[in-house]
Amino acid sequence: MSKQEFLDQLRLKLVGLPEKELCERLAFYSEAIDDRIEDGLSEEEAVSDIGTVDEIAAQVISDIPFAKIAKERIKPKRRLGAWEIILIILGSPIWLSLAIAAFAVILSLYVVLWSLIASVWAIFASLAACSVGGVAAGVIFAVTGNFLSGIATVGMGIACAGLAIFAFFGCKAATKGTVMLTKKLALAIKKLFVRKEEAK
Amino acid sequence: MDIQLKRGIIDVCVLAAIKDGDSYGYKIIKDMKPYLELSESTLYTILKRLELSGMLTVYTSEHGGRLRKYYHITVAGLKRIEEFKNEWREVMSMYQFITKEGAKNE
Repeated sequence: MSKQEFLDQLRLKLVGLPEKELCERLAFYSEAIDDRIEDGLSEEEAVSDIGTVDEIAAQVISDIPFAKIAKERIKPKRRLGAWEIILIILGSPIWLSLAIAAFAVILSLYVVLWSLIASVWAIFASLAACSVGGVAAGVIFAVTGNFLSGIATVGMGIACAGLAIFAFFGCKAATKGTVMLTKKLALAIKKLFVRKEEAK
Repeated sequence: MDIQLKRGIIDVCVLAAIKDGDSYGYKIIKDMKPYLELSESTLYTILKRLELSGMLTVYTSEHGGRLRKYYHITVAGLKRIEEFKNEWREVMSMYQFITKEGAKNE
């Protein structure tokens, strides 16, 4: 791939970015390639030494805060006509409510996901509480006379403790997974915004 | 390595790379290569962060018929390196404690 091809492809992938940011990034990679060529690498080698376009685009997008990308997307490329503004205002009961609904759906899905995590932690907490309570109650039972059911209760308490230990690792993994999923989702949404522009 | 810890150290590495004279992107990467591998994208983010926090300044200069960005360390940047050296002394003494404990258990 030639330097120009590389820069053109990168520009296409990052076209939703603020113009100033985009130019600065492209200038940075252009300089990096030129410096490698000056150092004795061929143009082809210099480009492949920098990394693939997809890798770089993904890293750039994840670096930039979402608000910045969204702002750039929403900013109209030309001045809106009077009629367009009137139509936007008149149509607001429709598009605004749809937008709010879409946002609410996404938000509620996200809340559901985290409440699932909260509930698995609640399971862990209840198992832990059962193990402590079971052992304590069992000991009291055993001492106050009902020895057999006392021992059985202690056993149940210990079983709960075992389950709680297992549940702890499960909960930890689930939380970690959700955090990772959140990061991936954020990147996917950002990419969606950048791509949309590209399709125009 | 812990990401937060590593990020802080790499920032100081980049400052050290421009400590003895202004430098540019590719040269910084080349100078650091024997010690740590850094990609252009990572370096860009670090340089931006250091510029925003006033540790370095950027200027453009012509080189061989094209423009090249040079990075110049500020007083605050030099101070950061000195701070890091002091912080690291503490870390090293903790490290000695950690490894001493390990040796006893063996």
